[in-house]
Amino acid sequence: MSDTEQTPAVPAQAGAPAVETVARREPLLEVDHVTLRFGGVVALNDVDFTLYKGEILGLIGPNGAGKTTCFNAMTGIYQPTEGQIRFRGQKISGKKRHHITKMGMARTFQNIRLFPEMTALENVQVGADAHHKTSVVAALLRLPRHWKEEREGREKAERLLEFVGIRHRMHEFARNLSYGEQRRLEIARALATDPVLLCLDEPAAGFNPAEKEELLQLIRQIRDTGVTVLLIEHDMRLVMGVTDRIVVLEFGKKIAEGLPVEVRDNPKVIAAYLGVPDDAA
Amino acid sequence: MTTVLDKLRSGREAVGERWHHAPRWVRWVLLAALIVFFYALPNKEFYQYLGPIPTPGANFTQVLFTISIYVLLAVGLNIVVGFAGLLDLGYFGFFAVGAYTVAVLTSPSSDIKTLWPWLLVVPIAIGLTMVSGVMLGTPTLRLRGDYLALVTLGFAEMIRIAATSSTFLKGQRGFNQIPHPPGEYADGKPFFGVLDARPYYWLVLTLIILVVIGVRNLTHSRVGRAWISIREDEDAAQLMGVPTFKFKLWAFAAGAAIAGLAGALFAGKQNFVNSQNFELLNSIIILAAVIFGGSGNIVGAIVGGGLVAYMIERFRGIELFGIELYEYRFLFFGLVLVVMMIFRPQGLIPNRRRAAEFKDRRKEVIVGE
Repeated sequence: MSDTEQTPAVPAQAGAPAVETVARREPLLEVDHVTLRFGGVVALNDVDFTLYKGEILGLIGPNGAGKTTCFNAMTGIYQPTEGQIRFRGQKISGKKRHHITKMGMARTFQNIRLFPEMTALENVQVGADAHHKTSVVAALLRLPRHWKEEREGREKAERLLEFVGIRHRMHEFARNLSYGEQRRLEIARALATDPVLLCLDEPAAGFNPAEKEELLQLIRQIRDTGVTVLLIEHDMRLVMGVTDRIVVLEFGKKIAEGLPVEVRDNPKVIAAYLGVPDDAA
Repeated sequence: MTTVLDKLRSGREAVGERWHHAPRWVRWVLLAALIVFFYALPNKEFYQYLGPIPTPGANFTQVLFTISIYVLLAVGLNIVVGFAGLLDLGYFGFFAVGAYTVAVLTSPSSDIKTLWPWLLVVPIAIGLTMVSGVMLGTPTLRLRGDYLALVTLGFAEMIRIAATSSTFLKGQRGFNQIPHPPGEYADGKPFFGVLDARPYYWLVLTLIILVVIGVRNLTHSRVGRAWISIREDEDAAQLMGVPTFKFKLWAFAAGAAIAGLAGALFAGKQNFVNSQNFELLNSIIILAAVIFGGSGNIVGAIVGGGLVAYMIERFRGIELFGIELYEYRFLFFGLVLVVMMIFRPQGLIPNRRRAAEFKDRRKEVIVGE
């Protein structure tokens, strides 16, 4: 199979929100009444929501609301104290991290974590290797499978670098790339693992408005290739512009869930973001 | 001081640049010339013209053999430390396992008296060393950084103490009459004799070339990318689908196999193995060689291993104001390392994966015109 391109399961109409079809869609990631405690600290308290295939879900909340904790629980880094997280119907906890990646979940990091001493191309190739089967012996003896996968991986990596717009920088060490390029490279690397679900942890942090706009475009393009996107962000404007649905966390609890418009007008959300005077509460 | 260093640096970079820009055939010719040079090196007819390079206080051919073993070990340790980023302080322990496997299975002074030929035992030695690498790695590779260093340090000491005190491994008395590698000249004289170290050196040199090709194949594949990604950021590597534990174990096993091979070669040449051959200092020297040469770079490891082993031997037989310099060899060695860490912490020939970059840049220029 030379064509590794993702074909969308449901053709996404440009501009049409996926919301109306959500009911018919299959759940991809289920966060089922998850509580997570670190000693006495309750980082997540009975959080419960579902991510459906083909949508862009925004997970928002003020600083310290538990967004990244929730994210880490979803990607298998933390084990929930109570409740469970299911990805494509299977329980996440107890699975090896690289296995979760193979199941189709990929992520980027809030504080960029590339492989700094590898070139941009190699960074993406590492992601592409996730599905490669060349054994150590096959690599040592340069068996045909090595050449085949090496060629495929390289082509895929170049294609993805082209997609995120930094192909011209592919032989640069990751640490020499600009901040924005590094963010894009992280997305390319995550996409190289052929994800069904792409989790972006504050991908726009530190971006200026123009860069944010480009990022929105990119996220939409990714969704249009059939990848479901989970977006963690605290920039409300960015989230409103791109997501189909939004889940809001505050102090480790889900305080709202719904369409961007609904969430924006939700008094609880406004209170969480802006604060409310004591007498009003 | 800094200007001199800058000049040196830019000079070296110019050489590197020129190397990467040179046409393919030029590189092959230079490489071939270098290999021929090293094959010719142990001949007295050749090295007597090399001025101060041969060692005055020791048989130069013997020294070359020692150096070649160090180079082989440095290439192996470079996989573990340089590529996978696992700090292994007990690497020489694997060398001991290789040497002792050969000794026990071939020597007439061994208790089990199998007396197998050397060549048959070499693959067994490599296999056993790999197994010992996996056995050490399985519980310890879950540890990171300093902890791993401590455990591997303990492993090397364990092997040494076992060799010293176990009756089976003969301690100081050691094993003698370990057979040499096979092969005869036309007149029936053995190719691998007692006095002439040249054939052993050639054998090791040939194996170094093969091992380097193998290591290069690994590092220029998904295996090497996995190793480097683990070194760079183990968590991120895991989340990008790299089975990190498996590849760390492979790095350990591959490094151990090379050390086992070196141990088998050493035993076959030395013909005698006892517990004094495996001091902790050797592990440190090889680690220093890898870091000195440029960790994460195969050429760096070769140069590091060669230079460090050579420097130590070069002091033999030199007297200054009535002081035998050889006695102080590790003092100088330490000094060089300290200076090195101050002025060039990345090693003599640091890891630069830029060959492809130069190639593609030129391509782009051509396309752009």
